[in-house]
Amino acid sequence: MKKYSAFSLLKNALSYHENWQKVWRSPTPKKEYDVIVVGGGGHGLATAYYLAKVHGITNIAVIEKGYLGGGNTARNTTIIRSNYLWDEAAQLYDLSLKLWEGLSQELNYNVMFSQRGVLNLGHNLQDMRDIERRVNANRLNGIDGEVVSPQRIKEIAPLINISRDSRYPILGASWQPRGGTARHDAVAWGYARGADALGVDLIQQTEVTGIRRKDGAVVGVETSNGFIGARKVACVTAGNSGVVAAMAGLRLPVESRPLQALVSEPVKPCLDTVVMSNAVHGYISQSDKGDLVIGAGVDSYNGYGQRGSFHVVEHTIQAICELFPAFSRVRMNRQWGGVVDTCPDACPIISKTSVQGLYFNCGWGTGGFKATPGSGYVFADTVANDRPHPLAAAFNLDRFNSGALIDEHGAAGVAH
Amino acid sequence: MLLIHCPHCREHREEEEFSYGGEAHIVRPLEPEALSDEEWGDYLFFRTNSRGIHHEMWYHAVGCRRYFNATRNTVTYEILETYKTGTQPTITGASA
Repeated sequence: MKKYSAFSLLKNALSYHENWQKVWRSPTPKKEYDVIVVGGGGHGLATAYYLAKVHGITNIAVIEKGYLGGGNTARNTTIIRSNYLWDEAAQLYDLSLKLWEGLSQELNYNVMFSQRGVLNLGHNLQDMRDIERRVNANRLNGIDGEVVSPQRIKEIAPLINISRDSRYPILGASWQPRGGTARHDAVAWGYARGADALGVDLIQQTEVTGIRRKDGAVVGVETSNGFIGARKVACVTAGNSGVVAAMAGLRLPVESRPLQALVSEPVKPCLDTVVMSNAVHGYISQSDKGDLVIGAGVDSYNGYGQRGSFHVVEHTIQAICELFPAFSRVRMNRQWGGVVDTCPDACPIISKTSVQGLYFNCGWGTGGFKATPGSGYVFADTVANDRPHPLAAAFNLDRFNSGALIDEHGAAGVAH
Repeated sequence: MLLIHCPHCREHREEEEFSYGGEAHIVRPLEPEALSDEEWGDYLFFRTNSRGIHHEMWYHAVGCRRYFNATRNTVTYEILETYKTGTQPTITGASA
């Protein structure tokens, strides 16, 4: 892999930028791999990268039915934060946030991570009690956070409406300055480039159609381009996790739902932070391009169609216009949906399964993007050593039978 | 926006009048205390999450306020039939 630098930019300028090295190869699949990662989104690519980088396993393929980072990685609203309530979740998301902080250097690829801070608004007394509890819990876990007043919120985001006359007045917020946003595509591309350089085969346009087992252990995957052998299969397929699990005769406690988002026309810089509100349900930030990126709610019904119902979008826009009256004049450009795998406790599943050599990393629901580096890191460790990483242990599949759920419905950005 | 036929009201109404009740035909165990942790967890949390034909409950929250079942394709979102609780679907089949 040729390193990107100011020097390489200059050098390639001399040949009119026509001779840049391809960012990754397009290899023909081998007959057998040590590990096959099913799903070439951010989490899958990060898993492959850390397997190769940290654990020295380089005989890996990532098998993707579409193109790399083309699913939920391309569809989320790129918000990054780690202000979760319970110790288990807080530690996992904060590991992720720490990895984000060095990711551009680590990958030699600019993921445009911007620590512009995240506000989570409270609109009633119970919201404020929950926010204070969560901020205190965060600080005990070494995670930055403070409870801020409406006046302070107005200083951070001047366009916001803190009038006491609005239907759901803003009473305060939690503020995590280390939170922010990153460029979603760049994360997938950066991990893909890094993994490819370490010898990982990235196989696109190939759909896994079955998981072949022998004597209760995985031996490989059936794909649209034939059988590929593997000693271990790591599934990171988000919304389609239930479908992939069924290929191995397993059921998961996840339900796939449409989650929608939309962006406005590009406007001049007017919002240099992330504002989220669970109570009126909307979240918003402004991209470097200038468009307002708005996250809507999850549809209540199961759906794999990558689209949802209009009234969900309408509801979110009502909330955004109440929070930011100035945005009522902004025109929306595009709207889309992704399929998220929601878990009953709003926490992910990072786990071995009853099938030897088959692992699942799923259930991230409405908030997986922020966890991309940490998720890949602990899942790679789990797969490489065939035992849960200490930070992943609490997120095993058994918790739905033991009852040791980790209820993060309060900290999850989207109610479900 | 889904247009849903309520079998009690015998009318097509907009989705906003309804709330979703999750997968249908899951029978509550008659003797919960006799179940193992695995069986109880499976009953509470594990779902088929079908990609394709899916039988699910809906509640006509601002109409008759009664539950009913629907057979819906979770890829196209087409509602193939709605039927009263306690009756069986006429459309079943392999997932799309």
